[in-house]
This record gives sequence, C-alpha cells and structure tokens, in this order.
Amino acid sequence: MLDRLQAVGRYGLDFFESVGRATLFLARILCAVPRPRQAFPLLLRQMFNVGLLSLLIIVVSGLFIGMVMALQGYSNLARFGTTDALGTLVALSMLRELGPVVTGLLFAGRAGSAITAEIGLMRATEQLSSLEMIGVDPIRRVVSPRFWAGFYSMPMLALIFNTVAIYGGAWISIDLLGVDGGSYWTNTIEAVSFSQDVVNGVIKSFVFGALAAWIAVYQGYDADPNPQGIASATTRTVVYSSLAILGLDLILTAIMFGDF
Amino acid sequence: MVSTRSVEVSVGLFMVAAVLAFTLLAFKVSGLTLDGARATYRLTAKFDNVADLRSRAKVSVSGVEVGRVVRVGLDPVTLRAQVDMEIYEDIGFFPEDTIAAIQTAGLLGDKFISLSAGGAMEELHDGDEITDTQSALVLEDLIGKVVANFGGK
Repeated sequence: MLDRLQAVGRYGLDFFESVGRATLFLARILCAVPRPRQAFPLLLRQMFNVGLLSLLIIVVSGLFIGMVMALQGYSNLARFGTTDALGTLVALSMLRELGPVVTGLLFAGRAGSAITAEIGLMRATEQLSSLEMIGVDPIRRVVSPRFWAGFYSMPMLALIFNTVAIYGGAWISIDLLGVDGGSYWTNTIEAVSFSQDVVNGVIKSFVFGALAAWIAVYQGYDADPNPQGIASATTRTVVYSSLAILGLDLILTAIMFGDF
Repeated sequence: MVSTRSVEVSVGLFMVAAVLAFTLLAFKVSGLTLDGARATYRLTAKFDNVADLRSRAKVSVSGVEVGRVVRVGLDPVTLRAQVDMEIYEDIGFFPEDTIAAIQTAGLLGDKFISLSAGGAMEELHDGDEITDTQSALVLEDLIGKVVANFGGK
C-alpha cells in the first residue's frame, strides 16, 4: 500500500519536474536573441527541412481530405435536398478545424519526429557537448532555428492544406457531382468570414506549430543518450504533440467559436 | 546536403505558395473586399417576438441586402425584444413610416429583417426607432392554431 502511494508520488514529481524543465527550456529558446547574420541561414535551412519537405504529404492529404469531405457531405446533404450548402460545409470545416488540426498532426509525425531524432542523436554522439566546448551555444545553433522554423512553417503549411482541400472539394462537387458552381461559391463566400474563420484558423495553426516544435526540440534535447532513449523520445514527441494539439483545439474552438 | 542556393530558392517558393494560398482563401473563399468597412448608421426596432433572429442576420429591402443586425436584446422598460441594426449609409435614409418585419428565408431558413419603405416625408436617422413592426411568424404557433381549429369542429 505504502509502495503504491510512493509510486504515485514519484510519478507526480516526475511529471511536474519534466513540465518545469520543458518550460525553462522554452524560456531559454525564447530568450536566446539570435544574431541575424548567423541565425538567418540556419533558420532558412530548417525551414527547408521542416516546412518544405513536409509539403508533399500536406498537399496530398489536403487534396484527399477535401475530396472525401465533399463526397460524404454530398451523400448526406442530398437526402435533405440542400446540396447547395456543400461548399459551406467543406470550407468551414477545413478552415476552422481540419486544416489546423490535421496539418498539426501530420507536422508532428513528419517533422516533429525528425527534429527529436536529430537532436537526440546529436546528444547521444556528444555533438551538443562538443559545440559547447568550442564555445557555441547549442540552444542558439541547433535548437532555436528548429523551433522557429516549426513555428513559421506550420501556418504556411496549414494555409496550403486549406486551399488545396477547398479546391479539391470544389472540383469533386462541381465537376463530378454536378452541384451548381455558382451557388457553391456564392454560399461559401456568404458563410465564410475572413476575420472569424480564416484568421482564427491561422492563429490556431501558429499555436499548434509552436506547441509541436516545442515538444519536438524538448524531447530531443532531453532524450536518454542511447538508441532506446532516442526511440522512445521520438514516440513521445508524436504522442504528446498529437494529444496536446487535440486538447488545445477543443479549448481554442470553445474560445473562438463557442459563443454561437 | 542540398546546396545553400537551392535551399534559399525552394524556401522562397514555399513562402510564395503560402502567401498565394492566403490570398486565395481571403479573396476567393471568404470574399474579403478591400473597400474597407462600409459606413453605416444605426436603427432600432422593438418586436413582440424575434423567434431565433441572431446578430449578423441580414436586413433587406425587396430582397436586396441593406444592412446587418448587430444586437438582439431585451428592452428593460417594455420587456419587448429590441433589435439594433446597422444600415449602409450609401443606401440612403428610410421614411419614418417604414415597416420592419421578421421573415424567414425559405420554409426553414435563417431569419432576416425585411424593411418596406412607406411614403412619409420625415426620414429615419442614426439612432431612430422603427415603430411599425411585425413579429416573426413561428411555424409551431401556426401549426398549433391549425390543430386547435380542427379540434374544435
């Protein structure tokens, strides 16, 4: 009985310790003021790794999710004779929810895991300590560019995802299912508000990008310096990022769209 | 390792694609216009029943949109529903005996306010109240009346 109580206590302490370490780590990243001349090429390189290399999976997923959404929506709306609302359904569900969330999940899986594995391996092979030895701050050199690259790339990926999904959905609806193109777009424009839907979607994706990037760099930096440690850190990155994105999405949705 | 130059070029293309996506979403999908907000003036009207009229509902004259509902509340004195609406200034001003009626788009569609202009010389200006109003037609009440009528016979 006492053992169990102790185990619970230890688990709780471990939990708070890692939350505290992660927060301090974030503070260190945010406080590391970059020197523009050195930081910009590093950031660009990471934008390439983190953002551009994730583009293909984002575009393909967006296209297919948009098309499936249109097909599913059509078969349900057709029962009530309201297929004109199909454009609204696809556009609003993409801009408000699916765009930021699915991009966030894919981003955590595609880029977050790679960041964790890379930094974890640097730690395991003592590259980070070597950097420190020669007087280079590993936070500024290694961690910070990856964090900011994630922060900036996520909204751009989500915007591209949304656009591809909405146009994919429109293609299926108008060209394949025969929904009237004029009323499809008119209803969409009527229902989608720029400040409410587009901007809130972008804010969401900034938040998810920061969250996923933070978890990824922290897990990599904090990984046990051995193959198993890196493996479990990579798994944790994907699991924690996904859970955090889904949980935070509920809160953000309640704040942004909850009042009607 | 990819060369620095191709990294720069491809990240640049990525940025351009994202900006393009944003513009498409803003102008094609959400119908944003760069005209800025249209100047408006405010009218109020009190109704016995607004059913489920909401803020941002359309205000129209002969089916043409002339403004938006900004607030649906309760007048503390008369305990009737008070609806504030913003009318686009470029539409012009309405005569004093304008009638405001709450109507439904289609059988089960959204509620909106329909204004029909009268012939009075006096005009309604910012902050004025439309006194002549017609409440929303509530389908359930209507069905209730029909049922009661048939029940009586």
